[in-house]
Amino acid sequence: MTDQPPVLEMRGIMKLFPTGTLANDAIDLALRPGEIHALLGENGAGKSTLMNILYGLVTPDAGEIRIDGQPVTIHDPADAIARGIGMVHQHFMLVPVLSVAENVVLGDEIVRAGQILDLGEGARRIKLLAQKLGFEIDPSTRVDQLSVGQQQRVEILKAIYRNARILVLDEPTAVLTPQETREIFEVLRRLRGEGASIIFISHKLDEVLEIADRITVIRRGKVVGSRRPSETNENELAELMVGRAVSLRVDRGRSHPGEAMLEVRGLRARNDRGHDVLQGVDLSVRAGEILGIAGVAGNGQEELVEALIGLRKPTAGTIRLAGHDLTHALVDERRDRGMAFVPADRHKYGLVLTYPLDDNLALTRYGDPPFAGGFAGIIRNFKAITANAIRLMKEFDIRAPDPKTPAGTLSGGNQQKVVVAREFRHDLRLLVLDQPTRGLDVGSIEFIHKQVIGRRDDGAAVLLISAELDEVLDLSDRVLVMFRGQIVGTFPAEEAQREKVGLLMATGGARA
Amino acid sequence: MSRLRRAAGRIWRVASIPLLAIILAFIVAAVVIVVSSVFTSTGLDVFLPLGAYGSLLAGAFGSGTGISNTLVAAAPLILGGLAVGLGFKAGLFNIGVAGQFLVGAFAAAVVGARLAGAPGVIAAPVALIAGALGGAAFGFIPGFLKARTGAHEVVTTIMLNNAAVLLLTWAVNDLVRAPGFSFPRTGDLGHSALPILLGRNVHLGIPIAVLAVFSVRWLLDRTTNGFEIRTVGQNPNAARYAGMRPIFITTLTMTLSGLLAGVAGAIQMLGVIGFYAPGITASVGFDSIAVALLGRSDPIGILFAAILFGAFRAGAPLMQIETSVPVEIIDIIQALVILFLAADLIVRRVFRVRAAKPVISELATVTRTWAGGAPPGGGA
Repeated sequence: MTDQPPVLEMRGIMKLFPTGTLANDAIDLALRPGEIHALLGENGAGKSTLMNILYGLVTPDAGEIRIDGQPVTIHDPADAIARGIGMVHQHFMLVPVLSVAENVVLGDEIVRAGQILDLGEGARRIKLLAQKLGFEIDPSTRVDQLSVGQQQRVEILKAIYRNARILVLDEPTAVLTPQETREIFEVLRRLRGEGASIIFISHKLDEVLEIADRITVIRRGKVVGSRRPSETNENELAELMVGRAVSLRVDRGRSHPGEAMLEVRGLRARNDRGHDVLQGVDLSVRAGEILGIAGVAGNGQEELVEALIGLRKPTAGTIRLAGHDLTHALVDERRDRGMAFVPADRHKYGLVLTYPLDDNLALTRYGDPPFAGGFAGIIRNFKAITANAIRLMKEFDIRAPDPKTPAGTLSGGNQQKVVVAREFRHDLRLLVLDQPTRGLDVGSIEFIHKQVIGRRDDGAAVLLISAELDEVLDLSDRVLVMFRGQIVGTFPAEEAQREKVGLLMATGGARA
Repeated sequence: MSRLRRAAGRIWRVASIPLLAIILAFIVAAVVIVVSSVFTSTGLDVFLPLGAYGSLLAGAFGSGTGISNTLVAAAPLILGGLAVGLGFKAGLFNIGVAGQFLVGAFAAAVVGARLAGAPGVIAAPVALIAGALGGAAFGFIPGFLKARTGAHEVVTTIMLNNAAVLLLTWAVNDLVRAPGFSFPRTGDLGHSALPILLGRNVHLGIPIAVLAVFSVRWLLDRTTNGFEIRTVGQNPNAARYAGMRPIFITTLTMTLSGLLAGVAGAIQMLGVIGFYAPGITASVGFDSIAVALLGRSDPIGILFAAILFGAFRAGAPLMQIETSVPVEIIDIIQALVILFLAADLIVRRVFRVRAAKPVISELATVTRTWAGGAPPGGGA
């Protein structure tokens, strides 16, 4: 396989952004036929820029692209598609109200008798393609009825339908559950078996080691190494990626819990569809303690945090923080009492994407001094808002040209850092973390874990919810297992073994 | 120097599409003028648009009278445009400016007539405030309904526009009809009329409108309330998460929007019309939507857009007198401006503009409020 000539070569690719960022600094990349080639790098390392150059979305300042040995110029995505390049973006480009078949053929429709759309023929081909890739899909289903994993497969079908031989996947697993990740890997292996060449962008070490034939690591716009999975390991890759030794394990240290800070008793709540998804939750978090909640997604965790922060009305039960009853308190009242919340969905809750960074970094304290003052306390203090942004950008290594950059233009990892930086105040009583490291690279995860432990040691109570069981187990001083809206088990950290917790998560124990 | 260039670049980014849309509208309207000239007694005249636009310009800005007519016509549009624009900032589409304008005008007329004999320094401000409160109350209703029940403001404000017309017609006929006139109307304003500051018709309402521009700008840019309004408009979930109360802010914004529309009605009543009679047109209400779109909801942008639309109104008569091009061509130009704003892709293609924002976000609000959330046919 290695001695075959590369199907795609990128040589000396340079891209300098007007903001002064050298996103790609003489990058060389060679993709061989029938290989899965992982591009590994931190958020903002330049992976996406490189792929956008390949797909004709960004024009390089210098460098050469060769396909099958022939130099080519790619002006726009239509050019890229014509040359057999397909791209699956992190955020899907599907029309939600159209069917699978309509989405796949869109822009490349089969027509009969001049103008009549032949959707049936398209649907037939789609079914066939899906079967070849090892999954079933009903081409007549509307896309908004599909799960995220299924939608991603539709994106892949779209590319293959257009005869893509080179498929680029931009962080395909960031939005998937572990089960869906396994399934998509199966699809990618089948694709490779069919002779396609795949570029797989990721910053998840275990994944690239599992799926890739070759791994190219990019750091700050440069290729810093290329490895085969068999000749490397997570620690070496992490070090290459970040540029220093990274500890993949958390050094939690000893906790010194004080008195109970958060006390929840008999909490019940309904989800948006009116189902009772919280069925009497009792829990307490002590000052200086990290309490982790393990559970398969959809067992009421989301509703629990929303009830805690005040975004969802409980139907019964009480919430007390440091002795104050906050069951029916407004969100800002809870914040004033020392609650902070890193939400799972940063686009829904955590950020206003059109706002500049500085407004986002003060979003949850916009009305408090020093951010507001003057007449009736309603005059915004821009000096303080900007100063706060500059300080937090430095402290949390948020990579952006300046505090006026719109939050929506940052990479996902940097956006997450904005939310974390804002919520990790020093005067916290309760920090609620819902998937705090989703979409972050190892360097950033290490940093945020340290910050979490720092806040705990400052005496804050921390409630952690994560889909990554390892994260819950690594960070928590105590682990609760949530199942169908109830707490079904409690483990002190030293007794929380992966298997025991995982079994309880899946079955709910005796109550299942 | 570079700061100046950056500022210019910023202005160009937001203003380029509206400016080019205006230019394109004039070009297309010129074609209409030339084509329609074929059917007049003078026959085909390819230079007619130049003459017509020249007269339009002269009528609007060519003389003291022209300028004051432009300003008088612009003043209610400025306030109405601010009303619509403020709603857009909160993600609300207030189509009810027409109704709020009428209620404001009516309240100012009734209170003004009552105070006709009082000293002007008291009578005029009180009448003005009555108009503002009337508009605010009429804006509060859809705001409150939206916040409490989710009733869509596009639907409720359209219905309230009709309610306003009918309710006020009844009120003028049966409640406050002034004696001694052959048709139903409110009494004379007397001392409640806004003082004329300059010339024949430049009344106090004009500086009030300009003051409102800077007040709204200050509110939106400098205050926490303005930040709340904008945040609710951009991301209501994030607003809730940040501790804001979208229910309260929605109600507040619609009330403020109604207040601005009410002031528009009040200054028009106290500065121009003089009395309330059924059949008073509220075309200001609908032109305000166009002004807000053209001004991209930015108070300063709205100021310029309103002056432009005011100039159309003020200059059109001279155009018709001098060149026989009918004043209705103004409606065509205004409609084309909005068309090209909505279909900004055309503007981009024609002028090869790349830099500016791809979609005008106010229009996104319009389409979103139209398509999403509203009951079927809600926007029709």
